[in-house]
Amino acid sequence: MSDQIKKALLEYTTRLGDDAVVLGHRISEWVSYGPFLEEDIAYGNVALDYIGRARMFYTYAAELANDGRDEDDFAYMRNDREYHNLLLLELPKGDFAYSQIRQLFADAYYTLVLPQLLHSKDERLAAIAAKGIKETKYHLRRSRDWVLRLGGGTDESHQRAQKALDQLWGYTHEMFDMDETEQLLADAGIGVDVSTLRDEWLAIVTEIVTNATLSVPEDSWAVRGGRIGYHTENLGHMLTEMQIVHRSHPGCKW
Amino acid sequence: MTLPQEENFMRKISAEEKIEPKDWMPDAYRKNLIRQISQHAHSEIIGMQPEGNWITRAPSLRRKAVLLSKVQDEAGHGLYLYSACETLGISRAEMIEQLQTGAAKYSSIFNYPTLTWADVGAIGWLVDGAAIVNQVSLQRTSYGPYSRGMIRICKEESFHQRQGYEAILALAKGSEGQKAMAQDALDRFYWPALMMFGPHDSDSAHSQKSMEWKIKRETNDDLRQKFIDQTVQQIEVLGLEHPDKAIKWNEERGHYDSSDLNWDEFWSVINGNGHCNRQRIEHHVAAHEEGEWVRDAITAYNEKKRAKQTQDAA
Ligand SMILES: [Fe+2]
Ligand SMILES: [Fe+2]
Ligand SMILES: [Fe+2]
Repeated sequence: MSDQIKKALLEYTTRLGDDAVVLGHRISEWVSYGPFLEEDIAYGNVALDYIGRARMFYTYAAELANDGRDEDDFAYMRNDREYHNLLLLELPKGDFAYSQIRQLFADAYYTLVLPQLLHSKDERLAAIAAKGIKETKYHLRRSRDWVLRLGGGTDESHQRAQKALDQLWGYTHEMFDMDETEQLLADAGIGVDVSTLRDEWLAIVTEIVTNATLSVPEDSWAVRGGRIGYHTENLGHMLTEMQIVHRSHPGCKW
Repeated sequence: MTLPQEENFMRKISAEEKIEPKDWMPDAYRKNLIRQISQHAHSEIIGMQPEGNWITRAPSLRRKAVLLSKVQDEAGHGLYLYSACETLGISRAEMIEQLQTGAAKYSSIFNYPTLTWADVGAIGWLVDGAAIVNQVSLQRTSYGPYSRGMIRICKEESFHQRQGYEAILALAKGSEGQKAMAQDALDRFYWPALMMFGPHDSDSAHSQKSMEWKIKRETNDDLRQKFIDQTVQQIEVLGLEHPDKAIKWNEERGHYDSSDLNWDEFWSVINGNGHCNRQRIEHHVAAHEEGEWVRDAITAYNEKKRAKQTQDAA
């Protein structure tokens, strides 16, 4: 493996870990705040899946970095500017509709990304993808059901769901951007070329959104920057909370 | 004169046969059970708050995952116990209403704040630990659904207890700062954990009848003693100081002697005036109210779907 690819692979694996930990954290904020008990449990499940996935990516990233860091150093000892997650995933949980629409976008995305990653020439990435595929199918079924219920429920739930769609749409474009790092890995058969996935993603989302009697927003705006650490103002607050205990006791084991 | 059905009921109780939902039972037995099981269910649910308070700040990803799944287990216990209680003819909505209006109680322990990460370990170790002592005994309770629930739940509580102890152990064997955090958590949670067993038997309003009907199998004081005894060595292994300076082995009794508890504090918390009573209920009410439009959406969606199916069938 060339040094250039090695470096790209570390960055890529870290990004995927960042995506997973940030979304997992946001979902976990719902625990004990859900609309009913069954939903608290379901949210907990999804959060656990993402935290588990983050641990696998970071553990692999730590091995690639080979500089004595472990998974927690990746999660807890990097600042917001060093985090390279997608912006969509770091936005605050908002109301239930907002979180569910975000989840629909993310679940539809990973339903497409993971099967591609399964064919990665990098065995470790392929193995992590294999673990995630089944749970992602379940996640998508769940968010699909929710969007149908919210869209087709009451006027209020319909309005809230539509508002969430409109507010979040501009953050979805970034999911399909490629940069040099990702292009290098895609060409080497290691990473996923996400730019090829937008049509399929749009088809999945459109089908669900339309069935829910909601409308797919126009592509009139886009906010980008997660992959270069140009975040929304929210991530800093999230990490402040997430990292406070770990950083208050430097070098400690937990 | 006792009626034949009452005689039959008491015969089952003495023969250690389980009472099942469809069996005849005295009204007071039913009421007593509803009070106890719903209180237990509410404790599981309100208990999600003090621990949930640390999910977003857990100091490692592994601990975050462990805590998430623990809190999720507690939600599952609550759900399971609400269902067990529903077999007695009360709905979950009614029970939640009673919780929110203060008509139903939950364990006083959850009215103490979780101030540091070590509190999460202390809760798993001491609070789940105390709960297990009580619940192992309740596995032999006379009401079938409750007994089966306890058997199932106890397995998970033991797991929580081990994980909590392990989390405290990591702190106790860690840096000075971590160790101080562990000691502080022990000092704060030890006493309220002992209060979880309820008042002295002599002051317990429901104890006697509950024992007769074998809803409860051991007295508050006996269970508390068991917990005091088992905790002494656990504290030693941690290398922490015992919060009770009067703790002393009594050869004659075969138990540890200990200080009496602050019963004024106990009654004050039970009566709604602890550190977090208002906060816990407000949190529950706020989440419930914020979730109303979501629950309404489901109802409306299902109704529309049903209407459409009927129309399609016609
Ligand atoms: Fe529990
Ligand atoms: Fe319990
Ligand atoms: Fe527990």
